Amino acid sequence: MNESSVVEHPVARRSEVRAGVRASLAAGLGLFPLGVAFGLLVINSGLSWWVAPALSVAVFAGSMELLLVGLLVAATPLATIALTTLLVNFRHVFYAFSFPLQVVRHPVARAYSVYALIDEAWAITNARPQGWTSWRLVSMQLALQGYWLVGGLVGVVAARLINRPIEGLGFALCALFVTLALDAFRSRRQVPPVVLAGLSFTVAVVVAPGSALFVALLLFVGALVAFHLLSGRSDARA
Amino acid sequence: MPDLSYVMAALAIAFVITVSLRAVPFLLLKPLRESTFVRHMAFWMPAGILCILAATTFRSSAFGEVTHLWEAAVATAVTVVVHLGFGRRTLLSVGAGTAVFVTLVNLV
Repeated sequence: MNESSVVEHPVARRSEVRAGVRASLAAGLGLFPLGVAFGLLVINSGLSWWVAPALSVAVFAGSMELLLVGLLVAATPLATIALTTLLVNFRHVFYAFSFPLQVVRHPVARAYSVYALIDEAWAITNARPQGWTSWRLVSMQLALQGYWLVGGLVGVVAARLINRPIEGLGFALCALFVTLALDAFRSRRQVPPVVLAGLSFTVAVVVAPGSALFVALLLFVGALVAFHLLSGRSDARA
Repeated sequence: MPDLSYVMAALAIAFVITVSLRAVPFLLLKPLRESTFVRHMAFWMPAGILCILAATTFRSSAFGEVTHLWEAAVATAVTVVVHLGFGRRTLLSVGAGTAVFVTLVNLV
């Protein structure tokens, strides 16, 4: 209680907000340009301009938003969208273990902090775990969402000014997933899951070319569950 | 532009799932931490899911209305080389790969 009453002092609160914004700046350098690319992609895909801010508020998760643009344009079935969201954002389940949510007491601020728990917010708090207060944490998250939202709107305006679609811009998404896959593979050098993913995708393209993503994700998760059951049994025997 | 009610339904579904994935673990911290199933999935899923997404988006870039297979292959190679060769700066690698693809598709 004492700690939070110190922060309630207006001067302390202002310095906490400033510290939060400062903590957000480095991530903003990446989020803003990606937001611009996202805004450009929304217009180039033939969607209305408001889809960019609407996605950034409803689904605040950069890579998922970029992916949703393509899924929406292709009129992908809602079941595929649900499964894709579940699997792509599944990693967020593990962020709760090391995110300083306990410093946020106000229920609205707490709800916002959970809602805005994006990769970058989690990475910033884990790079420097000490000294977080409610105002600092929430202002850092608000700043991150601001960079992304404003970046998206700048992209929308830029696409209107250019006035003709730039063909091939959607490749940014492929490039993004290639780099993310390389980074994920570096942090956990797990060959079997990557091989299983490759097999799942190949089978899915052959068996169900029209809904390859959905089928590939299902096959992959099914294979992992089988892998888990087998390794669990061998653990128990050992 | 797809149907408005379809876009709204998709947004609502993605919102509920994303927020649940972020919120529910705070309510179940202990059992989740102790579950080997959850830990195994956490360890195995990311790289594989990202490979599937990379393959899916590659396929839609390479086999869209017009086939751009070699352009997509060259741009992917550029992305990988820049990413591994220039310190894994995502913005730089994505920018280089996309610039190469847009240039090849529009100018060649």
